[in-house]
Amino acid sequence: MNLNAKIPDGPLDQKWTKYKNTARLVNPANKRSIDVIVVGTGLAGASAAASLAEMGYKVKALCFQDSPRRAHSIAAQGGINAAKNYMNDGDSTFRLFYDTIKGGDYRAREANVYRLAEVSANIIDQCVAQGVPFARDYGGLLDNRSFGGTQVSRTFYAKGQTGQQLLLGAYSALSRQVGKGNVEMLNRHEMLDVVIIDGKARGIIARNLVTGAIERHSAHAVVLCTGGYGNVFFLSTNAMGSNVTAAWRAHKRGAAFGNPCYTQIHPTCIPVSGDHQSKLTLMSESLRNDGRIWVPKKKEDVEAIRAKRLKPQDIKEEDRDYYLERRYPAFGNLVPRDIASRAAKERCDEGYGVNATGEAVYLDFSSAIVRYGKAQANVKGIHNATDQQIIELGTKVVEEKYGNLFQMYEQIVAENPYKTPMMIYPAVHYTMGGLWVDYELMTNVPGLYACGEANFSDHGANRLGASALMQGLADGYFVLPYTIGNYLADEIRTGKIPTNSPEFDAAEKNVRDQINRIMNNKGTKPVDHFHKRLGKVMWDKCGMGRNEKGLKEAITEIRKIREDFYQDVRVPGTADYMNQELEKALRVADFIELGELMCIDALERKESCGGHFREEYQTEDGEALRDDNQFMYVAAWEWSGDPSSPKLNKEPLIYENIKVQQRSYK
Amino acid sequence: MEKGMNLKLKIWRQKNTNEQGKIVEYPVSNVSPDMSFLEMIDVLNDSLVAKGEEPVAFDHDCREGICGMCSMFINGEAHGPNRGVTTCQLHMRSFKEGETIYIEPWRSEAFPVIKDLMVDRGAFDRIQQAGGFVSVNTSGRTLDANAIPIPKEDADKAFDAATCIGCGACAATCPNGSAMLFVAAKVSQFALLPQGQVERKERVLNMVKQMDEEGFGNCSNIGACEVQCPKNISIEVIARMNREYLMANVKPEN
Repeated sequence: MNLNAKIPDGPLDQKWTKYKNTARLVNPANKRSIDVIVVGTGLAGASAAASLAEMGYKVKALCFQDSPRRAHSIAAQGGINAAKNYMNDGDSTFRLFYDTIKGGDYRAREANVYRLAEVSANIIDQCVAQGVPFARDYGGLLDNRSFGGTQVSRTFYAKGQTGQQLLLGAYSALSRQVGKGNVEMLNRHEMLDVVIIDGKARGIIARNLVTGAIERHSAHAVVLCTGGYGNVFFLSTNAMGSNVTAAWRAHKRGAAFGNPCYTQIHPTCIPVSGDHQSKLTLMSESLRNDGRIWVPKKKEDVEAIRAKRLKPQDIKEEDRDYYLERRYPAFGNLVPRDIASRAAKERCDEGYGVNATGEAVYLDFSSAIVRYGKAQANVKGIHNATDQQIIELGTKVVEEKYGNLFQMYEQIVAENPYKTPMMIYPAVHYTMGGLWVDYELMTNVPGLYACGEANFSDHGANRLGASALMQGLADGYFVLPYTIGNYLADEIRTGKIPTNSPEFDAAEKNVRDQINRIMNNKGTKPVDHFHKRLGKVMWDKCGMGRNEKGLKEAITEIRKIREDFYQDVRVPGTADYMNQELEKALRVADFIELGELMCIDALERKESCGGHFREEYQTEDGEALRDDNQFMYVAAWEWSGDPSSPKLNKEPLIYENIKVQQRSYK
Repeated sequence: MEKGMNLKLKIWRQKNTNEQGKIVEYPVSNVSPDMSFLEMIDVLNDSLVAKGEEPVAFDHDCREGICGMCSMFINGEAHGPNRGVTTCQLHMRSFKEGETIYIEPWRSEAFPVIKDLMVDRGAFDRIQQAGGFVSVNTSGRTLDANAIPIPKEDADKAFDAATCIGCGACAATCPNGSAMLFVAAKVSQFALLPQGQVERKERVLNMVKQMDEEGFGNCSNIGACEVQCPKNISIEVIARMNREYLMANVKPEN
């Protein structure tokens, strides 16, 4: 397998400029006769589709939702990073690059990450120009806050709805191009196969989810912006529809899957409340700017809290264990996500969890409310403010910063988080792994690209908070529009690609056969039954902690689930009209195959790094212990035809600009 | 173990856009008060699948109140009895033991039913395409983001308008079937920001024209939209849009 990352030579800070100066171009007249398909309309997809259309390419965009505005980027809460250094606190392109590489535990490519940091500032300019209403200070300038794994404030935000505002910005750019006729938008369409002709991606097979029609779409390039695969765990903070199908079908057609085991477990989510639960809800990392995380120091207090004899407010200050501040004084509550999650698990495993299931810790805003209240009293010239006044003033400030998040919490838990500390626990949130891409964001299949969370490129083994939005928009607005031309320059003489070739016939048959197999199965169980079984195996054995024995068991169990699925799944209705159960079945079939690959990858990587924590490999104080001599590579898995025997290819990672060391946030 | 609730659901079932639909009754039992409303439907659907019946089709995705996909008329109210939340944020603790719950799709001429509780809201996309944007290219070669200070109050108001999730509850609730709250929220966001000034006139004219073509009704200041809006978008945006529209019409070209 050819894994040439195509990184331009020259000094790190000149690679992208050099690339842009030498990449081939497609002239405007020729662009009009070139088709590009963009699958997915989240931040990466909507920005890519809008940009490519604006440049003159003929774009077709697909989303499975009823409108491109609903893609799950919309749910991102806390913010977007950019090296603007508006706060004058020492930020720079290099520092954002460095933080990202270190945060990813030295498992990402230097050149890609540097470029990301380089274009980050442009993203903010672009979004403001589009009318994205970021938070501002009283001087009318943009406000920033801090996120985990950094010591500067470089995160731009719009309350706890930053993803929504950015996505609606990208959606408005996309809508403008749809209105002009430059993008053909296909809502409620799901990609089910990639068509490869003479080694190049030439189109896709998609199902119209309303009519059930199986459609053929041809193009000179196909761009997958289809997000991550966290729903392999059944319970995650992903949307119900988020799935791996487009990426997985591309993998089965030859695209390598990079680092599938790198999963991000987010430390601050609302704990699971019962068996009925269909998804988990994130409480933004931005809350760790102001919230302090703790559990009681004494076991008897824990028991009293669980038995509801004590409330968290009753625990005296000296009896609280602010374990992140204790273990990581330099970064405190703002350590990266993988570290905060493991620390929560450690406390709960030791028996200090504060809810009935023993799987929850407190996120407490009381000291922030008092701190803000005092500041506000000063600003307003209220001398001798009473405690009550201070709390009221402080509550207002907290509400302004995080109001929607507190409201979400109260809806789900039925407790007022301004008064009682939130209860939180880690949950699956993001997947750093994804389709392997080179510097141009092209997979190893020529003409097939992957952007945003769907690729593996920028976050190594752990993503820093507020970097997913940055990467999605960087890929779509500022990277792909340059790199795709370098490939399409060779396509100007190709002409329209017909959809009646044997390759399209075969791909369509493949899709129809699978649908028929599922529809004709005379099983007894709904799709969720298998998805829940898979999710439990993945969470227990390939979740926050992994070990050889568990992973081997998981692989055996997943094979059994796959077998049972095809024997016993039941999908009522027909395939020739809207059938949501069929949609789920097709997605879960792919999750089951992917789950096995994740476990195989986790088993193979005999080290701990970032979100991948192999219990056998840890330092004395329980931190991830890397093995750079053996594992400083990207695991790019190749489909062999059998989900149980994928082939491992390795792309070595080379660090020329930063010193690789043991990650420390102490 | 707390014993769950028993409920009687009366759900609108409709095979496709063209066929007549009807209300079908389903009893559900052992419903936990901590379940979300959609999780309760999930349980019903799993039991229907087990019997080989077609599950109830409904739109949903993020299940945390932000994507705007879920859309149920519950006991005659868009997104159910609680204020400031979407259907997916509604929990069963808001209902009583033994209650009968009517569940219907959005009712609006401009939102045809696709199946059961699922409707086509393409009209909203088309209104957005008519003018809901700032015509700036995505080159990144724009002004520095801090080049134009924006008074915090304006930025905050623009943000409040921009929190619309495009769910359609406003139009489904309005006795006139008006989509004014949705359109006005977008118009207001841009009207309040310096970046939106250049195309201010064309934007409101084009979006209102498209809104009328989609078959939405007119606004007669009833205010039900504001009450049912899960994001608490204020009806003030409609007043602002009316001013924008008037100004765009009366001001001569040159």
